Amino acid sequence: MSPDDNKPLLQARGLTKRYGHRVACKDVTFDLWPGEALAVVGESGSGKTTLIKCLSTQVEATGGTISYCGRDGILRDLSIMSEPERRFLMRTDWGFVHQDARDGLRMGVSAGANVGERMMAVGDRHYGRIRQSALDWLERVEIENGRIDDSPWSFSGGMRQRLQIARVLVSKPRLVFMDEPTGGLDVSVQARLLDLLRALVRDLGLAAVIVTHDLAVARLLTDRIMVMKGGEVVEEGLTDQVLDDPQHAYTQLLTSSVLTV
Amino acid sequence: MSTRARQGTLNFAYLNEQTKRMIRRALLKAVAVPGYQVPFSSREMPMPYGWGTGGIQITASILKPDDVLKVIDQGADDTTNAVSIRKFFVATSGVATTTETEQATIIQTRHRIPERPLRENQILVYQVPIPEPLRFLEPRETETRKMHALEEYGVMHVKLYEDIARFGHIATSYDYPALVNGRHVFDPSPIPKFDNPKLDRSKALQLFGAGREQRIYAIPPYTTVKSLDFEDHPFTLPTWEQSCAHCGSNTSYLDEIIVDDEGSRLFVCSDTDYCTRRQADGHHGSGLPVKLASVEAAP
Repeated sequence: MSPDDNKPLLQARGLTKRYGHRVACKDVTFDLWPGEALAVVGESGSGKTTLIKCLSTQVEATGGTISYCGRDGILRDLSIMSEPERRFLMRTDWGFVHQDARDGLRMGVSAGANVGERMMAVGDRHYGRIRQSALDWLERVEIENGRIDDSPWSFSGGMRQRLQIARVLVSKPRLVFMDEPTGGLDVSVQARLLDLLRALVRDLGLAAVIVTHDLAVARLLTDRIMVMKGGEVVEEGLTDQVLDDPQHAYTQLLTSSVLTV
Repeated sequence: MSTRARQGTLNFAYLNEQTKRMIRRALLKAVAVPGYQVPFSSREMPMPYGWGTGGIQITASILKPDDVLKVIDQGADDTTNAVSIRKFFVATSGVATTTETEQATIIQTRHRIPERPLRENQILVYQVPIPEPLRFLEPRETETRKMHALEEYGVMHVKLYEDIARFGHIATSYDYPALVNGRHVFDPSPIPKFDNPKLDRSKALQLFGAGREQRIYAIPPYTTVKSLDFEDHPFTLPTWEQSCAHCGSNTSYLDEIIVDDEGSRLFVCSDTDYCTRRQADGHHGSGLPVKLASVEAAP
C-alpha cells in the first residue's frame, strides 16, 4: 500500500463544460481512489465523452476544478499545471484508450514501435531493452511475438485495440481513461478483451475511468458507476448496487433495456 | 548618404532592400537560437520551388560585392542546378565565382558538405526541401512546433527504431536527424549521413533555407551537432571497399556510376573540386570500373 492511499487520485469538483449555450456536462463531482475503476454510463449525447475529455485535459472545462495526486502524494489542480507538465503526465502517469484504435495508435509504424514509443519519449535509448519490453507487452495482450514488426493496418479490430492497450500500459500508468474500449468489436472479441482488461487492471492496480454505454462492461470491470443523462449525473454508487437496484427512473430504463438471450 | 546612394550599395543580387532586411533578421534570429526553424516570408524567385529558392534567397541576402561564390550540387560544380544558380548570381551581382573550396567565402550547396575542412570566414548555405524532421511521424505543423518547444523528441527515435526493426541497422543514410546545441532536433537537409560529423563544431557558419516551406535555420560556428542513435546501435559512417577511380582517395564520399548493363560500376569522388585537386597533386586511381559480381547474390 502506498502512502497516498488516504488521498483520492483524481478529484473533480463542479466540473462543467458548455459549448456556447449548450451544456455538455454540468456540475460533475466525484473522487477516484487509487486502484479504483469508475464507469460512466449513459446514452449517446449524455455528455460521457465530453466528461472524459475534460478529465484528461484534452478539452478545457468551462467551470469547476480537476485535481490529480502525483507520485509525490500532493494533490494538484490540473488547470494551474503548465502545459509541459500536463503533456508529460499524459504520456507517463496517464493513459488514454480511444474507442477507435486508429486514433490512439501511430498507424504508420510497426506494432513494436507503437509499444516502444512511450519508453523512448521518456528517454530510453537502448534498442534491445525497448524491443524486449515490446515483446513482453505484446505477449501480455495476447498478440503473437511474430507480429511485432507488422503494421497495425494488418491487424484486426480486436488486435488493434489490444495493441493500443499495450502501448498505453508500457509506461506503467496509474490512471487510464477508456472511451468505449469495446465499441465496434464483435461479442466474442469483446468478451476476450474484457477478460484481458479485468486481469490487467487488477494485476497492475490501475485506477480507471471507463466510459461505456454497455452495462455489461461496467458490471465486469468497475467498482463504482455514474449514470449520466443530459449532461448531469443522475445516480452514482457501487456498480453492483446501482445495477441491481436502480433508484432513478432513467437508470431503471437503462437496466431494463438490456437484452437477455 | 542619400537614399539613391544607399540603394546603389544595397540593391544588389536580385532581392530588394526590404526583403534582404527581413531575411537577415530571420538569419540573426536563427543564429541566436541554433537549430530553431525561423519562419520568413519567402519570395517568388525566377525559378521553381525545389530548385533551391531557400538557399538562393539566403545567398542573395548575405552576398557582398567582394565575396567569392562557389555553388555545388551533389558535390559537383558542373551540374545543371549548380551552373544555373552560379549564372544567376553572376548576372544579378557580378561577384567572382570559383570552384575551389578554399577560395570561396560563400558556398551554396545541395546534398553535400565539401571534403576539405572549412574555415572561420566561410559561410555554407544549404538548400533545404523539408526542414521539419518530425513531419514523417507527425504531419500537424501546430503539433510539431509544440514538440520542438517542449523538447518532446522521443518520437524521432521511433523512426530509428523502425529502421533497426526492418533492416537490422539504422538504415537512414541521408537527412539523418541530429541534435543541435543540445536543444533542437533538426533536419540537416538531404546530405548523406557521411557528412553529419562535418556539421559538428564546424568553423564555418552554416545557414539553411527552405523556400517553399518558408523556414530558415542556422548552426553558428563551433556548435555541437550530435547525430541521434541508440546506445546499442551507435551512429556509424558508411565505408567503401573501393577507392576513387580518378584520384584514388579512400576517405572521400564516393558516387557509384553504372557504366554498362553487366554490373560494372565506376566509383568516383562526389566532390569534384577535391578530386581534381588531388589529381593535380599527383594522386591517381585505377581509372577503371569494378565489376561487382556479388551484387546480385548479396543478401
